[in-house]
Order: sequence, then C-alpha cells, then structure tokens
Amino acid sequence: MSSHSTSRHRYPQDRLPERATPADAAICASGHRTDPLLIACPNCDLLHRLAPQGDATLLCFRCGAVLYRDKPNSIERGLALTLTALILFVLSNSFPFLAMKSGGLVQETILLTGIRELWNEGMQGLAFLVLLTCVLVPLAQMLGLLYILAPLYGGRPPARHAGRVFRLVQEVAPWGMMEVFLIGVLVALVKLGHMATIVPGVSVFSFAVLIFIMAAAYSSLDPPLLWDRLDLRR
Amino acid sequence: MNAQLVTARQLGLVSCHDCRLLIDAQQVDTHPHCPRCGAHLHLRKPNSLARTWALVWAALICLVPANLLPMTITTALGTKQADTIMSGVIYFMQSGSWEVATVIFVASIFVPCAKLLILIYLLLSVRFRSAWRPRDRTVLYRLTELVGRWSMVDIYVVTILVALVRLGAVAAIEAGPAAVYFAAVVVITMFAAESFDPRLIWDVVEEDV
Repeated sequence: MSSHSTSRHRYPQDRLPERATPADAAICASGHRTDPLLIACPNCDLLHRLAPQGDATLLCFRCGAVLYRDKPNSIERGLALTLTALILFVLSNSFPFLAMKSGGLVQETILLTGIRELWNEGMQGLAFLVLLTCVLVPLAQMLGLLYILAPLYGGRPPARHAGRVFRLVQEVAPWGMMEVFLIGVLVALVKLGHMATIVPGVSVFSFAVLIFIMAAAYSSLDPPLLWDRLDLRR
Repeated sequence: MNAQLVTARQLGLVSCHDCRLLIDAQQVDTHPHCPRCGAHLHLRKPNSLARTWALVWAALICLVPANLLPMTITTALGTKQADTIMSGVIYFMQSGSWEVATVIFVASIFVPCAKLLILIYLLLSVRFRSAWRPRDRTVLYRLTELVGRWSMVDIYVVTILVALVRLGAVAAIEAGPAAVYFAAVVVITMFAAESFDPRLIWDVVEEDV
C-alpha cells in the first residue's frame, strides 16, 4: 500500500494525528451521523482528525493519551487467543494449584478452595471479591469476547446485543486481576518456603500462560473497528 | 494557548464514554443515550469532584484499621501470632527475602498511599483552578488508574495461605480483620480513580485563558 512501509515505527516515535479544525467540527455538528475519523481525546477532550496512517500509533497532541493503535487481523487473532484462553481457564480450574507437604501431611488445593475457606471463615465479602476478580470477571470477558467475535469471523453479521456485550466486557476489564493473583501465589510460595515443601501443580503453569494469552487477546482487539461493526443503529 | 486547539465541548459535542462516538450536545439533552453503543451520555462524568472526594475520604478512613489490625493470624504449635501488613514486611526484610518485602511494601503500603495522595492533589488542583503542568497531571491520573489493581496482591496472598495451611493442630493461618478493610481500600480507590474526570483539569485551564 505505502511505499514507505519499510520504516516501521514502534513506541514513542509514534506520530501525532492532525488536529481537527473548526471547519471539521462544523461539518461534524451539522449532520446526525458524525465523521468517524473525528475523535475527542478521552483524557483531555481535544478533537483530532485521525487520518489513516498505516502501522503508527497516534497519541493525543496535548496530553499524550493513546488515540489509535494499529491492530492487524484483530478479529481472527482475538478469536484464536480467546479460545486458547478458555481452554487454559478450564485447565487452571480443574487441576491442583499448589500442594503443601509438612511431615506426613499433604494439603492440596485448587483455585477455588481458598475462596471456599474464606467463605467458611465468615469472610463472605472477601471470598466474593476474590471469586469475582479471579474467576467470574475473566470468565465473563472470555465468553463475552467469544460471543462478539465468533459471528464476525468470516464477515457474518454480529450476534444480537453484541454491542451491549462489548460495552460490558470493556467495563469489567479493570476488575479482572489474574496477573495480580499470580504475584500473590509467588509471594505465598516464598512465605511458606521455610515451613513446608510447596509443590506447584499443573494449574500454576496453565494459569501463568493464561495471563499472557488473555492480555494478548484483549490487546489484539480493535475497538474502533468493532464499534463500527456492532453499531446498534444497523 | 494555541488558538487552533479545539475541544469537543467548545463545539457543542459530547464524546461517548464507551465507544467515543461524537454526538451533538442538543441531541444529548433530549435523548441521553449513545445511538451507536447505548451507553448513557454525559459531557463530563456526573458529580465527578463530589463523588471522588467522598470515595477518597472513605478510603482514608478504611486505611487506618487496614494498617493497624492484624492481616493474618498464624497458629503454630499452640502459639498464636498476629501480623499486620507492616510487621509482615519487616519480617521478610529480617529473614533476608528483601524481594518479597519490596513487593509487599510497594503493593500494600506505597501504592494505596501514593494513589490517594495523587487523587487528593488532582482534586485540589481542579478546585483551585491550577494551570500548572496539566499534561503531567493527566499522566499522574493515568498512573493511578493503572497501578491500583496491584494492591490486591496481599489479599490474594492471604487467600492462598488460608487455603494451604490447614494442618490441624500443627499449624493454621486465619485471615485477620485488616484483610476486609484493606480490600475495601483497594476497591474504593479503584472506584475513586474511575469517578474522577481528567478532562476537568483541562476545562479549568481553557476557561481561565
């Protein structure tokens, strides 16, 4: 497409988009359907005109927020990674997570045991918070993405209410904290290291991979493209 | 300020919080929902300053018991030992695993305090209509949004310890009352960061020019 595509930029060399002019905005305000290339910065409200720029990342002229990132094959990649993540999620929740050996006693735990113990101890709120951030939100994200991306793959029309599902997926995203949980596992391992022998189970490894796959799935999404396809007005 | 800079607000446009579609403000008055994604529309997050202040105060109050009460209660061979967040950090430092001590200190003490201080500073700077380095203040805001989740580490450590260490009379670990307050601090500060609207920083700068 472009003859200059050999100079591939990464990170901060990211170009700045054109600033919107009052003329742009006048066109934008006059019609009911606004210009899809015109965008307001989510952090400082400055208007920009996003001219297609190949693989450059576009940053806000004024506050530096990311306005646009190139996401090639976002639907195919997103779908493949989401399916991988789901398989790993099932693995992570079915096999033992950690086993602790002390004397003749062996204590094995799966991901959900800790939550059940907290619940039995009378800390239902805390148990629910852990369940929500490590199990329910990631599961909802994966199923939501699958629901959105599967019909779009191959160019079919989107599923019913896919736009609302995507909005939900975006809103719950900050509450999925699997990567934080893994750091917690590592700290607990060190903490117990002097008391007993800790044997990491299959789950720990699948969980570690799941975190990267999930992050890749989420960052392979192209929200502007998806919003264009999932438009409720269609 | 450069005269060429135009914001959506100056041109009577509202940017959808969820899908970033630009909509005419007059249209928003009559029908406050995004035609593309169905989200509720508002020019700025509603009551941003009041909500954020309320949540910041709530978090500050919870921060006190979270740091003073015990986080874990360890029973080993009949003796009970209660550990607060800070005594856990000190224990790790003395036992030589300074990496873990650093992780816990940063995630459980430094991040929540820094996050609350930054939010208070941002709220005050908007309140007193500061025009000082708005770009850096926006970066600070993005930072608070990003790091808040990592404070959950200690809650997860407690969950795993409670699940693993159930060796009857030999040893057991229980979650202490501080765990609940600490979880509350993390959740409340996440909501506080979300309810603050960084565009207010720029609104003030533009209005005063």
